[in-house]
Amino acid sequence: MTATTVAAPAATRSLMGRASLSRNRRWALIASYVFLIMFAIFFLLPPYYMVVTALKSDAEVAHMAHNPWIIAEGLTFEQFKLLFTQSDFLIFFKNTAIVTVCTVVITMCISVLAAFSLGRMKFWGSGILATGIFLTYLVPDTLLFIPLFQIVKSVGLLNSYWGMVLVYPTLTVPFCTWIMIGYFQSIPKELDEAALIDGAGQMQMLFKIFIPVALPGIIAATIFAFTVSWAAFVYPMTFLYSADQQVLTVGTVTSLIKADVYKWGMLMAGALVAAAPPLVIYAFLMDYYIAGLTAGATKG
Amino acid sequence: MAEVALRNVVKKYDDVVAVSGVSLDIPNHEFLVLVGPSGCGKSTTLRMIAGLEEISGGEISIGGEVVNDLPPKDRDIAMVFQNYALYPHMTVAENMSFGLKLRKFPKSEIKTRVDNAARILDITELLERRPKQLSGGQRQRVAMGRAIVRNPKVFLFDEPLSNLDAKLRVQMRTEIKRVHQKVKTTTVYVTHDQVEAMTLADRVVVMNGGRIEQIGTPNELYHQPKTRFVAGFIGSPAMNFMPGKLETNGSGLKVRLSDALSFPVPENRAARYRPALGKDILFGLRPEHITETRGSNGAGGNHQDFSTVLDVVEPMGMETMVFFKVGGAEVCGRVEPTAAKGSGETMQLRANLDHMHLIDPATNLVL
Repeated sequence: MTATTVAAPAATRSLMGRASLSRNRRWALIASYVFLIMFAIFFLLPPYYMVVTALKSDAEVAHMAHNPWIIAEGLTFEQFKLLFTQSDFLIFFKNTAIVTVCTVVITMCISVLAAFSLGRMKFWGSGILATGIFLTYLVPDTLLFIPLFQIVKSVGLLNSYWGMVLVYPTLTVPFCTWIMIGYFQSIPKELDEAALIDGAGQMQMLFKIFIPVALPGIIAATIFAFTVSWAAFVYPMTFLYSADQQVLTVGTVTSLIKADVYKWGMLMAGALVAAAPPLVIYAFLMDYYIAGLTAGATKG
Repeated sequence: MAEVALRNVVKKYDDVVAVSGVSLDIPNHEFLVLVGPSGCGKSTTLRMIAGLEEISGGEISIGGEVVNDLPPKDRDIAMVFQNYALYPHMTVAENMSFGLKLRKFPKSEIKTRVDNAARILDITELLERRPKQLSGGQRQRVAMGRAIVRNPKVFLFDEPLSNLDAKLRVQMRTEIKRVHQKVKTTTVYVTHDQVEAMTLADRVVVMNGGRIEQIGTPNELYHQPKTRFVAGFIGSPAMNFMPGKLETNGSGLKVRLSDALSFPVPENRAARYRPALGKDILFGLRPEHITETRGSNGAGGNHQDFSTVLDVVEPMGMETMVFFKVGGAEVCGRVEPTAAKGSGETMQLRANLDHMHLIDPATNLVL
């Protein structure tokens, strides 16, 4: 009887505690949802507007009486057809794909080798060099394009998309190297010692041990290099001026906006198609991307 | 399989001397354990044998060949690391065969060796798993398997059991000993755990401050330590050290620990200790040589009974540790659980003086 009397308040206290915890959690969830929904609306409205506009006819886009947020006169793929047949969009797309693939390959080759040597093969000045590489990432492309213009011109690559293959790595290599240094440093040193004892040379160690183990980091760096190359604007704006050499970002804008005439339907269709490859890559590799960035971030 | 020899091996990091003139001969088939506290240079010595650290001076030879300038892969050694160092993207079989593949062994030979090693270590059913799917003990077996398949001249173990829980550590200790009895490869094993050292080793090297304090069989180190450090490091609980003075006791000698407590020196040791007569000394006696009077088999031996007030009593089940003070020093004894008194009570204890040690506090050498 006594035991029951004593136990009852304790049980009540415990239930109250649990109820309080659950109430706290409910409020936290409500607040989270409110902000997430606001965030989603804020960021999804522009793509929604792009999709809606790209699926309208020119007549409907120009019709001021219609609500711009809905398709009133029926869905049409006319803008995509016009984009692919009556503009240089496919040339821009091809040029961008070539430039991006080459940039990603060059970036990853340089970054992986640089990060391996800076992160694992300790040598005199390696720490300062690693910091220096990251500092170059902090210099914006809006400052670099003037000296780079001279370099691109001197090697005869002005107005050639191959010039972009030369200059884009200045944007991608420092950050990718930095991500990879963090990733390589997070791999226990006993792993390379075990490989050394097993008989591996430095290159075997890199290709058979480090690259497979650091794959999430490499994929994160690859996605970063891909996104930067695909979306670069300042350099192509400065170095390219013929339509046959132009890339998507600048080409779409310059060819579809003539003075004050905006071909909104085609612009939106072009923007959608241009955004598709990064979206697809992110969707497939997002898990690796997060794992890679986290590893880089938590490494001191 | 081969013998390993170290001659005046030195390792310096800038001005810091990590290993100072270590000389060591390890015969073929021997299981040698390097033991000592953190920072004593044992791991550095092992890593120098492996070739993972350059040596600053001296000479290391394996199988009669000086290997000072040879890279690790050319030394024909295999190493097991504390954190296993398994390649996470490879299966157990791939981990074990990696070294053989790099050395371009034929596939059939690789398979035979991996299967044999897996059988020895009882990991045959794990061959297709990846390291993250294994428990700590299984990972350590795989790490040993990776060493065994290479059939190297020397096995090097760098604190391989430190990451395991206490129960698994005991199991794996037995496993390592069993494997060594089968493959008989010369082994150098580093640990800071003196129990591991005592149970595994043919010979133990006790290191301290980058130097070798003593080399000997586990029993030699336990019963005939040469320095205070070895006497205190080997054995758990550690040997008791009590400050005292060596005085005459009729025709013999006695150690006076306090006004109330003196122990006579056994006659067979009097000649050895006589040069220290009148000097301050440290009296060393292991806890198992301080027992209860009742039931102790002291007949015919040199022993001395004394009374003391117990400070702390720690029952361990099969025995009870009793702690008390002698001349300011805390002393531990091991008594039968039934004989132990409570804290604060007076207990009659017996010191078995056949196992006493006298240490010169100036040199820290055992007399």
